Amino acid sequence: MKIVLDHLTKRFPNRNRKIKEEVVAVRDFTIEIPDGMLIGLLGPSGCGKSTALNLICGLETPTEGRVFFGEDDVTDLPPEKRGVGLVFQNYALYPHMTVLENILFPLGNFKGDDRLPKEEMKRRALEAAKLVQIDGLLERRPSEMSGGQQQRVAIARALVKRPGVLLLDEPLSNLDARLRLATREEIRRIQRETGITTVFVTHDQEEAMSISDLIIVMKDGALHQVSKPQTVYDDPVNHFVASFLGTPKINSFAGEVRGEMLYIGEDAVLPEPGVKDGPVTVGVRPEGLLPASDGPFVCELSRVEVMGRDTSIVFTHPAFDGEAGRAIVDAELTACLEAGPVRFALKPTKTYLFDAQTGERVRNASGV
Amino acid sequence: MKKHQWKAWLYLAPAVVFLGLFMVYPLVDVVVYSLEEGYNSASQSYFGIGLYNFSYVLRDPYFLQAVKNTLILVVITVPVSTGLALLISLGLNSIKPLKKLYQTIYFLPYVTNTLAVGLVFMILFKKTAYSDGLINLLLHAFGGPTVDFIDGPYWAKILVMCIYTVWVVLPFKILILTGARASVNPQYYSAAKVDGTSKGRIFTRITLPMISPMVFYLVITGFIGAFKAYSDAVALFGTDLNAAGMNTIVGYVYDMLYGNSGGYPSYASAAALILFAIVFTITCVNLLISRKSTVV
Repeated sequence: MKIVLDHLTKRFPNRNRKIKEEVVAVRDFTIEIPDGMLIGLLGPSGCGKSTALNLICGLETPTEGRVFFGEDDVTDLPPEKRGVGLVFQNYALYPHMTVLENILFPLGNFKGDDRLPKEEMKRRALEAAKLVQIDGLLERRPSEMSGGQQQRVAIARALVKRPGVLLLDEPLSNLDARLRLATREEIRRIQRETGITTVFVTHDQEEAMSISDLIIVMKDGALHQVSKPQTVYDDPVNHFVASFLGTPKINSFAGEVRGEMLYIGEDAVLPEPGVKDGPVTVGVRPEGLLPASDGPFVCELSRVEVMGRDTSIVFTHPAFDGEAGRAIVDAELTACLEAGPVRFALKPTKTYLFDAQTGERVRNASGV
Repeated sequence: MKKHQWKAWLYLAPAVVFLGLFMVYPLVDVVVYSLEEGYNSASQSYFGIGLYNFSYVLRDPYFLQAVKNTLILVVITVPVSTGLALLISLGLNSIKPLKKLYQTIYFLPYVTNTLAVGLVFMILFKKTAYSDGLINLLLHAFGGPTVDFIDGPYWAKILVMCIYTVWVVLPFKILILTGARASVNPQYYSAAKVDGTSKGRIFTRITLPMISPMVFYLVITGFIGAFKAYSDAVALFGTDLNAAGMNTIVGYVYDMLYGNSGGYPSYASAAALILFAIVFTITCVNLLISRKSTVV
């Protein structure tokens, strides 16, 4: 089912009653989520992503704006009438019920004509359990299961009533690193098999990048970018998106454009045709810094780090925003490095300019 | 190892001496007393050893009356007070405005002296030369017959006793259950809401199972507390409970020791042991039931 959020805003009264000003959790959200996609709602902690999710499922009512499922306006509908399945961060499985009872629970709420015969309920519960591959654990209680298994039960419970929309609130944050990898693949598989429109909230950019069809990047309640995962990484709309996505983080420098040439410090590093003169923030991805003996960009070498398959050069520069920058390079290139200056050439496609004040992307004539 | 052992005993000594002196010794003594036939506290002598004290107590009409009163009190007040406390605590959890105020009001009886509360109940229920009591005035206003609740028929007295007991034990139970309900993770309710669970189903399938350990705790301690009722009866009916026909088992024990007809520690001990046997049995049954029905 297609989900449309139309100028959605949610304001809360400030918790400190002395402060009259309201807290804006979600600010003027307008987005159309196509049918059958897996959407990652990504943003730092406290940016309003969970509130956005609650607005979609109906646990919160918006201050302004409308929510549409398909063609239907569901803004004023309570959650149970919207046909959504919600998976909570800590699963919220009922501890006193077995796995089967947990999965059956939503079906037991159906009233009147919707009520299913016992056999059908059981059949559906088994179907959902099979889908998430926990059909061998139906008599267990949640406390007797691992985090990953509990997560699957929670997903089965959300899916058993066949909702049009599946919502997952930080589904992987309570799992350890290995399980997280396995479970996110699992979520992807379940979503593919059911074809259900799925929105999951996460603060982990890697998680969002790896399984989403589309990423929504949020900050301070506002929508920053909605794109395919690779686009968000390769073509960020502003400095926040560029620095939020990617590990290691993008290297940011204070720079200046003079006569269609980008300067960082006194080094003329890259021609930027069509860009007006003035101060800019320069973002360079770690893989965009190429060590070259004749490179125009001179930094001070701190150390070389080898971490598994990655070798990175840690460097300092007076114009760098932060303590030390990082360039990921081929291992053989670092052999000849010693303490002292290290020279880099900048990859134009991995170097982005942002307005020094607003952080908005500044594009040159070729669109980069 | 040996070297440290006397040290360990030294550290334990204060607790061991204290508990031995004030807990273990009296307990053993009660059993000894209960078996000494014809014990005379003045001469510290007795005729023989046997179970006569028990058979005397079990045939004493005052004791049987006390057992009957106590059982009625237990059977009525424990379920009623627990049920009421459950309703009130759920109500307290679901209201928003003036929540704190209501919580305080419901908790007030807990910090009020039992005897003071008894006095208030006297004013409400007692018939005197000057007034029929507030409740009787109300009954009269609605055209009902007036009843002397304090010196009148048995059912009226036991009714007042039950109301009084329920009222006194209610605040603690409300406090415990409100706390238990508030500590249930709100996500369970969000999850239930998304699934469209009805209020009744939320109560029976989520809230009740989640707070059931606390409910069982209250039932068990409630049984024990009600079996030990005494001061409540005194507060309402005065110290001569046998004459009022409102004695309780603990009251009987006290009377046998210090009352007007007292001075019989052997009978008192036997009665106390019978009470212990009853409470012990019921608590075991309670624990068995609760273990079967709570699994977390």
